Amino acid sequence: MNAAVEATRVDRAWAVLDAVPDPEVPAISVRELGIVREVVDRGALLEIVLTPTYSGCPATEVIERSVLDAIDAAGLGPARVTMRRAPAWTTDWISDDGKRKLRDYGIAPPGPAAEGTAPIRIVGRRAEAVPCPRCGSAHTERLSAFGSTACKALWRCIACKEPFEHFKPI
Amino acid sequence: MQASIQLPTDPKLQYLLRIGDACLILGQRLGEWCGHAPIVEEDIALSNMALDLIGQARGVLTLAGEQCLQDYDEDQLAFLRDERDYLNPTIVELERGDFAFTVLRNAIVATWLKLLWERLRDTSDAELAAIAGKALKEARYHQQHAADWAVRLGDGTEASRQRCEAALARLWLYTPELFEDDAVDAAAKASGLGPAASELREPWLAEMREILDAATLALPADTAFRSNGKRGVHSEHMGYILSEMQYLQRAFPGGAW
Repeated sequence: MNAAVEATRVDRAWAVLDAVPDPEVPAISVRELGIVREVVDRGALLEIVLTPTYSGCPATEVIERSVLDAIDAAGLGPARVTMRRAPAWTTDWISDDGKRKLRDYGIAPPGPAAEGTAPIRIVGRRAEAVPCPRCGSAHTERLSAFGSTACKALWRCIACKEPFEHFKPI
Repeated sequence: MQASIQLPTDPKLQYLLRIGDACLILGQRLGEWCGHAPIVEEDIALSNMALDLIGQARGVLTLAGEQCLQDYDEDQLAFLRDERDYLNPTIVELERGDFAFTVLRNAIVATWLKLLWERLRDTSDAELAAIAGKALKEARYHQQHAADWAVRLGDGTEASRQRCEAALARLWLYTPELFEDDAVDAAAKASGLGPAASELREPWLAEMREILDAATLALPADTAFRSNGKRGVHSEHMGYILSEMQYLQRAFPGGAW
């Protein structure tokens, strides 16, 4: 018996989700982004549990649609998407592969999210060093705390002079 | 023309609307900066923060609709209430103002919301706790960003400092409202839904003092003035922001895209 025959509907759904790109950061899949929490075979229905990245992320509805379309196209439907808010999504859930792909795409991947729970410091704060995704230099500076999407900040590399985006650890 | 919806008097609903409306109205105000901020990075930052706030409002209004009202969803709650049924504190509805006013309002409100979300992680309502867990991460970022700017402008040039002082003097009048208790707070505290407003005052003041000290701005003196937005009695600015927000849903009922 070969593996393809043995693969369950849930396993196959996970494989499909590995190929559904995030609409705003298409370099990585929704699975690599860590927003797919669970896939449950409920007989007639396949349930896919997603968690939102940011409260106001405008991509949430697009992601839901593209997940359902991909599952249908693979013949694994009908499926339903449920949103689960808790525990809140953290960038720690981005897979190592996902982080590598982000870097290759020119986006500096997030460091550990634990940084995001330290007390707020108003003065004497030093921004964490974010290495340039292109040349690897740690000689970089933040241009803006917010970027083109809710999840990113704008940085530039002083060594290679290139601007880049940083996926914020939360 | 779409008729307004009527709301029952229910302390849980009122508690939730005070939070959801604070996020909704500040989100709408910050959205006014889109295309107008002094530099492009701030244009992006203010729009991003507006988006976070509107996302948080969606969560809380949806919850209020599901748990306290049988027939209303987030859109009806956001767009089809009369002014007196919005329960946001007055400070978030005040006019957009200049950039110093925006920065200091954001510092005041983000610090308050951050402390509120922290406490709401332990609420008796599982869905509200989940919203709070997510919103807290965002509010921290908003507070940090506003505080950075407060320091830069307060401890900046003579012109930026004067604008900060003027903004702070006006905004401070509206801060006591954030920490005044009434029957809605008593019910929330008794049921475990969330903290009474007054419980956040001391930690808020401590963090504001830290921010203003770093910005070399003096803490304004307290006055006898009291605003009442969270009881539905709003300033003259509220009607304008609502007419802009509500126009589409009133003119084209149920319009969607």
